[in-house]
Amino acid sequence: MSLWLLAWQRFLRDRVGIASAIVVVVFIAIAAASAAGWVARDWGKEVGVSYAPPRFVKPNPAEQKAGLAGPSDVSRNDYGIRDPLAPELAEIRAGLAGASPTEKRATSLAFGADKWGRDVLQKAVKGTETSLVVGLASAALAAFLGTLFGAFAGYRGGWVDDFFNWLYSVFTAIPYLLLVLAIAAVLGQKGVSTVILILGLTGWTGIFRLVRAEYLKHKVREYVLAADSIGASDARRMFAHILPNVSHVVLVQLSLHVVLFIKSEVILSFLGFGVGIDTVSWGSMLAEAPSELILGMWWQITAATIAMALAVTAFSLFTDSVRDALDPRLE
Amino acid sequence: MMVSIRELRVGFGPVEAVKGVTFDIPEHATVALVGESGSGKSVSALSIMRLLPPNARAGGRVLYRGMDLLTASKKQMRNLRGSEISMVFQEPMSSLNPVFSVGFQVAEALREHRGLARRAARERTLELLQEVGLADPAAKLGRYPFQLSGGEQQRAMIAMAIACEPQLLIADEPTSALDVTVQKQILELLAELKRRRRMSMLFITHDLSLAGSIADEVVVMRAGEIREQGSAKQVFAAPRDDYTRMLLDLRPRLDRPRRPRKRRDDEILLEARGLRKRFDGVEAVKGASFRVLKGKTLGLVGESGSGKTTLGLLVARLHEASGGELRLQGEDAFRVPRLAFKRRLQVVFQNPYASLNPRFSIGQTLTEPMRIHGLGGGEAERRGLAIELLAKVGLTADALFKYPHEFSGGQRQRIAIARALTLRPDLLVCDEAVSALDVSIQAQLLNLLQDLQDEYAMSYLFISHDLAVVKYMADEVMVMKDGEIVEMAGADEIYAEPKHPYTRALLASIPR
Repeated sequence: MSLWLLAWQRFLRDRVGIASAIVVVVFIAIAAASAAGWVARDWGKEVGVSYAPPRFVKPNPAEQKAGLAGPSDVSRNDYGIRDPLAPELAEIRAGLAGASPTEKRATSLAFGADKWGRDVLQKAVKGTETSLVVGLASAALAAFLGTLFGAFAGYRGGWVDDFFNWLYSVFTAIPYLLLVLAIAAVLGQKGVSTVILILGLTGWTGIFRLVRAEYLKHKVREYVLAADSIGASDARRMFAHILPNVSHVVLVQLSLHVVLFIKSEVILSFLGFGVGIDTVSWGSMLAEAPSELILGMWWQITAATIAMALAVTAFSLFTDSVRDALDPRLE
Repeated sequence: MMVSIRELRVGFGPVEAVKGVTFDIPEHATVALVGESGSGKSVSALSIMRLLPPNARAGGRVLYRGMDLLTASKKQMRNLRGSEISMVFQEPMSSLNPVFSVGFQVAEALREHRGLARRAARERTLELLQEVGLADPAAKLGRYPFQLSGGEQQRAMIAMAIACEPQLLIADEPTSALDVTVQKQILELLAELKRRRRMSMLFITHDLSLAGSIADEVVVMRAGEIREQGSAKQVFAAPRDDYTRMLLDLRPRLDRPRRPRKRRDDEILLEARGLRKRFDGVEAVKGASFRVLKGKTLGLVGESGSGKTTLGLLVARLHEASGGELRLQGEDAFRVPRLAFKRRLQVVFQNPYASLNPRFSIGQTLTEPMRIHGLGGGEAERRGLAIELLAKVGLTADALFKYPHEFSGGQRQRIAIARALTLRPDLLVCDEAVSALDVSIQAQLLNLLQDLQDEYAMSYLFISHDLAVVKYMADEVMVMKDGEIVEMAGADEIYAEPKHPYTRALLASIPR
């Protein structure tokens, strides 16, 4: 029975692990469905009135009125000057009134609407897709880079090790946000792939250090010496022999970094360095929250917070269980 | 009786490690608890100190001067441990705390149990270090464990154990991590201390001859049960139990005749001239010259740090030599292409638990060398060859789909031998290939190696610290000390008439 199978059996005995794995799978399924366009495809459609409240909240008549207040025709004093754009404006107003009549918008939605009347629930689902894609892809990139660099540095030693250690020091010496901003400036445009690149390119350092230490430890083990004595090449020893024996470290780090990067994406988007305005993520939802909270519109921040807290907690518990299953000595 | 153990049972989960063991330790006597790995000997000793891991269940009675230690309160046990009963462990390096000086650690026991003041404790520590035979004890007080040799560390551990004048000293394999010459000194020290301080001693060992040289009474254990107990004289002269008899027969002895073997003409397979290896300014091998004959075994004996393993790795080209010449059937071995060289020379390593990749199934482990060297037509044929080799080393075909952790140490070493054989090498370097195994398994593997040598006409470079094992295997023996080969001769001559003083010292240290 292989060690992986034994780890799987240990994992199956862990109730918290199974429960968190189910939550993680549900989140990934939601993200996949959203990516495939099955759900939340129309998240950008302005289906409700501005700040339409959730259905389970009793509508506040005063707010309703404020929300429904259309463009008013308050006559203004023009100081005797004729507005040169008046005919065009009148035309636009007439066109708007016909195309999207305010009367057709819903006055309440399942979990409310944002400032532009977009459905918060749909936004949260779409945001799940963005956040998970960013978290998984950037963690995969960071784990790939960290493992590759760590393997070479630890196995080769000498100047290769010195070079990667120097790179590691450079990356960890620069304040995180400064580094992120610098990379964002170099990459130019905003967007999901940019965020993935930023997080992946800056986040490999911790994994590098751990994998390097593992390679240092394993390369002098007898089984690697035995592989050398049967003629296995360096590449074969590094990736066919040692890698499977350190892969549990990488796996645990991968899943830890998913959590870390989901949170990082939220912070980045909140600060405005994250995804563009044509995309929604939990971070960009939270970024809209401060102005809404002043007006007492709590539903957007609540939706984003619940989704994020659930996903991050489930992922963290899942990581713990994976670590326990893969490395029973830690228990 | 000082200690009476009655029907002691210790279990871990569903496994019963000790199954109803009864024996006594009389006053001023040494009792040896002998057994192979898994016999329950260490667990029995730990239950006297009540140092068993928390998941263990202990039943029965352990009476120390009438007090049942299994039910004594924690406070009573704390007072007993260290002051009345103390213990010396196998690995002195891992039993000493690396961040405190030796003097501090010995003095700590005195301050803790005897309530001595700092100055008095220091003086007493000095006396103790002197008593255990540490040279220049005043200087050793401030030394840290890593600054001492293995033997010195074990002496410091013993000083700590006897610091509070215990009545009973439990020594758990106190010498198995040490070289034979050091082992002899430590044994003499323990016997001397026991006599001078009128202590009792419980001596745990896997080595029956070691037990014979120190104990008054011997208890032989196997699989959690006592197989035989009696006075040392009786057990050695007239063993009543089959298992004891087998252990006595199997233990490698110098007087055991070597197996007759097929004679081959003395063709030189491998010749080394002035082989040297230097690590960061330290010369590990200082010019070794020797030859290995075709189909014969060259034994290489040395203690830890002698450079014997480095020499083996140099020959196998797993380390790059700093100088010297190596010829494989007349060719310059350092110029032979890497893969071609590896096909002709294989290595069996010491630790079967570490030398197999835990993530590879046995099938993968055995077919990998053939795949790398392009042997065997296809995967099916390679698998067939692997099954054939498994049969040769005494394992069945279903092993192919299993993983190393499903095998015992002896079985793993068989797999490692099978892996080396996949390439049909001319020379097999066996680096302490049987040292990690129990004696009964050791004997089987040595015979297997000899059968294989006859069958495949292989040569062996057989490296070991154990003179008796080397004598049994080798046609010629060389003795290595501090990176130099000090003596080389035919196996029979070197044991009959050792010329170098170091060889004589080594031979004299073997317990008989």
